[in-house]
Amino acid sequence: MKIFATYNIKGGVGKTAAAVNLGYLAAKDGLRVLLWDLDPQGAASYLFRIKPRVKGGGKGLIRGTKSIDSAIKGTDFDGLDLLPADFTYRNLDLLLDSAKRPARRLAALLAPLKAEYDAVFLDCPPSISLLSESVLHAADLLLVPLIPTTLSVRTLDQLTEFIGDFNGDRPDVLAFFSMIDRRKRLHTQIAVDLPAERRDFAATVIPALSVIEQMSVQRAPVAAFSPRSQAARQYGRLWQEARERAGLTS
Amino acid sequence: MHEFVLDSEAHAGADVPPALAGSVTLDGGLTWANGGRTRASRRSWLDTFDWRLYRAGLTLEQAACRGRTLLLLTGRDGDLLASQVLTAGREPRWPGLVSDLPAGPLHELVEPVAGIRALCPVARATSRVTQLRVLNDDAKTVARLDVDYMSVTFPARAAAPARLTLTPVRGYAGVTDRISGAIIRVPGISAARGTALESALAAAGLRAGDLPGKATALKLSPSMPAAAALATILTALLDALEANVPGTIRDIDTEFLHDLRIAVRRTRSAIKLCGSALPAGLARDFRAEFRWLGDLTTPTRDLDVYLLGYARMTAGLVAASPADLCPFHDYLVRSRAAQYRGLAAGLRSVRFRRLTTRWRTALKEIGPARKRRTVAQLAAARIGAAQRSALQAGQLISAASPPESLHELRKRCKELRYLVEMFGSLYDPAQRWQAVRELKALQDCLGAFQDAEVQRTEIRAFASQLLADRSVPAETLLAMGEVAAGLASAQREARREFDGRFADFARPASQARLALLTREDGLARADGLTRTAGA
Repeated sequence: MKIFATYNIKGGVGKTAAAVNLGYLAAKDGLRVLLWDLDPQGAASYLFRIKPRVKGGGKGLIRGTKSIDSAIKGTDFDGLDLLPADFTYRNLDLLLDSAKRPARRLAALLAPLKAEYDAVFLDCPPSISLLSESVLHAADLLLVPLIPTTLSVRTLDQLTEFIGDFNGDRPDVLAFFSMIDRRKRLHTQIAVDLPAERRDFAATVIPALSVIEQMSVQRAPVAAFSPRSQAARQYGRLWQEARERAGLTS
Repeated sequence: MHEFVLDSEAHAGADVPPALAGSVTLDGGLTWANGGRTRASRRSWLDTFDWRLYRAGLTLEQAACRGRTLLLLTGRDGDLLASQVLTAGREPRWPGLVSDLPAGPLHELVEPVAGIRALCPVARATSRVTQLRVLNDDAKTVARLDVDYMSVTFPARAAAPARLTLTPVRGYAGVTDRISGAIIRVPGISAARGTALESALAAAGLRAGDLPGKATALKLSPSMPAAAALATILTALLDALEANVPGTIRDIDTEFLHDLRIAVRRTRSAIKLCGSALPAGLARDFRAEFRWLGDLTTPTRDLDVYLLGYARMTAGLVAASPADLCPFHDYLVRSRAAQYRGLAAGLRSVRFRRLTTRWRTALKEIGPARKRRTVAQLAAARIGAAQRSALQAGQLISAASPPESLHELRKRCKELRYLVEMFGSLYDPAQRWQAVRELKALQDCLGAFQDAEVQRTEIRAFASQLLADRSVPAETLLAMGEVAAGLASAQREARREFDGRFADFARPASQARLALLTREDGLARADGLTRTAGA
């Protein structure tokens, strides 16, 4: 089982869109996939038409009094399940703080699902917190969507440095440019230069396209309702890069 | 998962999915939606010839749909236990051994159940599946209803009743009971009894798990005339024999030949021990021919036993390495191939065809005998005699007795066991099992002794042959010597075990259980059981 996490300290950069589409494409490849919507806003749950509610809330899951297994819901797509968001996830930091080995708690919670799933996607809320740390420890591959600006790249470097200080296993990092506006020269320039220079950047970029915004109207992955669109093709390429980087063989 | 079948008359000509959506009223904000394009698939169900998967509650299906081929293993409740995507162009060819399945969880689940038996297609069908979805008030799919129109193509062409499968989406199982309740209220729909495989076989006029010629599955009544009952038993044995011929000729797995030999041995025992109940001359006419058939099958089977035990043989080597035995293995494979050619030719011969045809005709012509002896009387007399004979043969065995004496006792025990099984349906199953408990343990011990004796003798002959041919290095002959030593040790172990096993069999309590089987009060109780089951 490989764990992917879409993570960025900033909000509105395309984390959920990436998690939803890559999760869908992984399932379409025949993998058994679980997507955990860790964001109390519940955008991924909304996109899959699943109520953002978990019996026992975040407390039950973190303390282990409610099994993850019983909270999982099937999406409308074969092979793709969702662990929904819950508004109590806003307190996950506090709950983790009171747990044993908080930074390793998420990994421990996911371990029993190894036999059931080939890939898990963690859709993280925008923050840098104990929850983020737990996510970073659990993940095999960190997918970091970035708006192509100098400051974003600086934030990625800070994140890489932070991970570099981890003891034991560290996640691999694959950043990708998201919401690229072709009309902005800086966007196109950075999006071309950096992937060519750095191993931690994907060659694939996700442009800012209205079809991606349509996801919240269609309430489905763009790769499902518009599979031939440019956005779907780009997510397809990004998934292939992520899959190869994570070492998930076909 | 809930499964239903459509009454074909009630729904003849109807476009079922839209009709269903119209007639099944859902409540609680649930609505029907179209599930997309109709899917066509080619399906093959696989099992061993003796239905090992089915008897273990497993169903293995190979389904090809939209260019993808999948193997699906389901359990008793239709729950998916494991699946395996097959690489295009590299799908296993059936019949085939379990080792032909790709490695993975499915392989691991099937292997211990199928054992050395090959997987064969037991049914084939084409399915056209239309899907309906049930949506909740968020337009989220909470359940799927597959409507499967199945045309059976093997073992016979037939149309199976359309089958509805309602599957909840994970986390929404609660709503399916409501949907299921609404579906079952529609006239012409009933709950499915059995799996899709059972439905396919039923459409073809067959039943899963049926095995030709199982003597204990026969329904004999104690008052039946002995000759007629014997004809029924012998016909069932002939069915079993003939059912195993194609698999033996095609060399699908070694158990076809093994089961064929069992049918021959049982037939020969029945002729020998009960032949006097058959019309005059019949037993004499066929005895020699069945002996020929038995002898025809022996060399190949002996080599099969060697090859089946080869892995155990190499694992037991101490001084030699498994590689030293490889030339011996090659020799066994070559010898087996040569013997098999003779066997297959024999089973295709006019002599074999004539034997089975004449035997079947002769059995059909058996009418009521002049002496009105019942099958219960015949069984009691023969089982009693065989029991005494086995007991006497065993009591004569001492520490100084040659291996042949144990072999003779083994034959007597086999005859006794065959008689109990042949007439098995006359007796209460639990009582029958109790009666042969010690006999089975004794047979196992004698079997181990005799197998080691045969193999020990044979390996000396093989070594002489290989030496004469100068075809193997000295290391191989040394390794074969080690195998022979292992066989001698196993034989000594079995011989040591024998005294205790025979003592258990000869105990008055064990003998009394066997004797009780054929007593009239036991028969009356079993007869009552048969009638109750029949009613």
